Amino acid sequence: MDDVNPGQADRTTGETVAPDRTGGAREPMVVIEGVNKHFGDLHVLQDINLTVGKGEVVVVLGPSGSGKSTLCRAINRLETIESGTISIDGKALPEEGKALAQLRADVGMVFQSFNLFSHKTIRENVTLGPIKVRKKSKAEASTQADALLERVGVSAQADKYPAQLSGGQQQRVAIARSLAMGPKVMLFDEPTSALDPEMVNEVLDVMVGLAKEGMTMIVVTHEMGFARKAADRVVFMADGQVVEVATPEEFFTAPKSARAKDFLGKILTH
Amino acid sequence: MLDILDKYDVLGAFWMTIKLTVFSAIGALVIGTILAVMRVAPVAILRRLGAFYVNTVRNTPLTLILVFCSLGLLYILQINLTDPNSSTSIVDNNIRWAIVGLAAYHAAFVCEALRSGVNTVPLGQAEAARSIGLTFSQSLREVILPQAFRGSIAPLGSVLIALTKNTTVASIIGVAEASGLMKEIIENETASFGVFFIFALGFVILTLPVGILFTSLSRRLAVKR
Ligand SMILES: Nc1ncnc2c1ncn2[C@@H]1O[C@H](COP(=O)(O)OP(=O)(O)O)[C@@H](O)[C@H]1O
Ligand SMILES: [Mg+2]
Repeated sequence: MDDVNPGQADRTTGETVAPDRTGGAREPMVVIEGVNKHFGDLHVLQDINLTVGKGEVVVVLGPSGSGKSTLCRAINRLETIESGTISIDGKALPEEGKALAQLRADVGMVFQSFNLFSHKTIRENVTLGPIKVRKKSKAEASTQADALLERVGVSAQADKYPAQLSGGQQQRVAIARSLAMGPKVMLFDEPTSALDPEMVNEVLDVMVGLAKEGMTMIVVTHEMGFARKAADRVVFMADGQVVEVATPEEFFTAPKSARAKDFLGKILTH
Repeated sequence: MLDILDKYDVLGAFWMTIKLTVFSAIGALVIGTILAVMRVAPVAILRRLGAFYVNTVRNTPLTLILVFCSLGLLYILQINLTDPNSSTSIVDNNIRWAIVGLAAYHAAFVCEALRSGVNTVPLGQAEAARSIGLTFSQSLREVILPQAFRGSIAPLGSVLIALTKNTTVASIIGVAEASGLMKEIIENETASFGVFFIFALGFVILTLPVGILFTSLSRRLAVKR
């Protein structure tokens, strides 16, 4: 392996699933193949191919409007796609109905704007899915919710309403709400962008913890610290295309494409 | 002044106003809810029908609607809402048609109040509901409708108050409600501010508590965001 050939050394270009911590190959968890989508004339997703392995953490980066959110939302079908396929743990995304709802239960999603259910208490936010979708008893769901709230550090707020919590606390509850479903993969769409700076780390810490425990994660974020600490691969998007896939180390120190260099120049200078 | 209260059945006339209000309000709530569901339904034809009803009815004067009910439906088309051979059939028919007309008219406003409630629920709430695996109807029941209802309490209160006052239009088709009696008193006696005052006070007594109740309800149940 001392003769590194850039043409074949997938591991250093990051183009395939990263190996797990013991160096072994990973099973694919999310497989995105040839996905296209338009918003009117705008070709917002252009022939996207990406495979995320079990337990892998992929950070998606790119300028605003490049299609990161749309890709994230397409993975649990909050946006429809025109061509291509997306499958989760070997199962293609169903079109709609009960099967789609079942699949979504396996895919956690954390939004930039938290989106906690405003009319429900923190505990009710976390128990709603387990009770209605997983058919757990109220008591069982409640015990689980309290454990999860403890884990993300907001157990003291369980009986409050979302509006009574800080942004950082709300986002940690949103993560707990997703975890309560026992998801196979978690999607994060700029989870810290709406937060005051002093609250960013409390949310990132929870996410780093999840990554360490082996959760499969796709994270849209511009937090370099998180990418370096937790990501196996970085996916750089621009104008609806995946422009570059690399390890964090490679991407931040030696980006290959001009778009990526330009982008990094902009976000690193402030 | 107070002899008017002895000579005329003012309380009886206000009782009619209350009856018109309550029955029309129930009708308007039922029709309005159906219309609102139509207007947010995923079926285009239902949405268009709902919108057509609301836009037509809302832009037609209430007087015209009540005259149409009484003259058009009752006298010309002979659609009776009560036994035509009873001795009070004319009066009863007019009361019932007034209720139908008031309900049909205010249903359009109830629909819009409910729809404005749905619009107070941010899109992210529905997306979060779907993303934890709730089905369409579960999201509606558990997340969207409870919030939409709370968001429409204040506008529904306004519709109810408007309805109470709009029952006065029923006097033009011969329903003996409060404003009709007021006209009668003014014609028979010398017009005095006292008469106006009594009737105005009557309406304020009816509507003020409704306003206070709905305002406090909407504040108490408001969804904090
Ligand atoms: N619902 C929509 N309708 C029309 N255009 C949209 C919609 N959502 C996003 N877009 C457009 O698609 C492009 C990509 O959006 P998005 O995926 O949100 O980008 P990013 O998350 O990378 O900033 C943007 O130009 C945006 O304006
Ligand atoms: Mg975005």
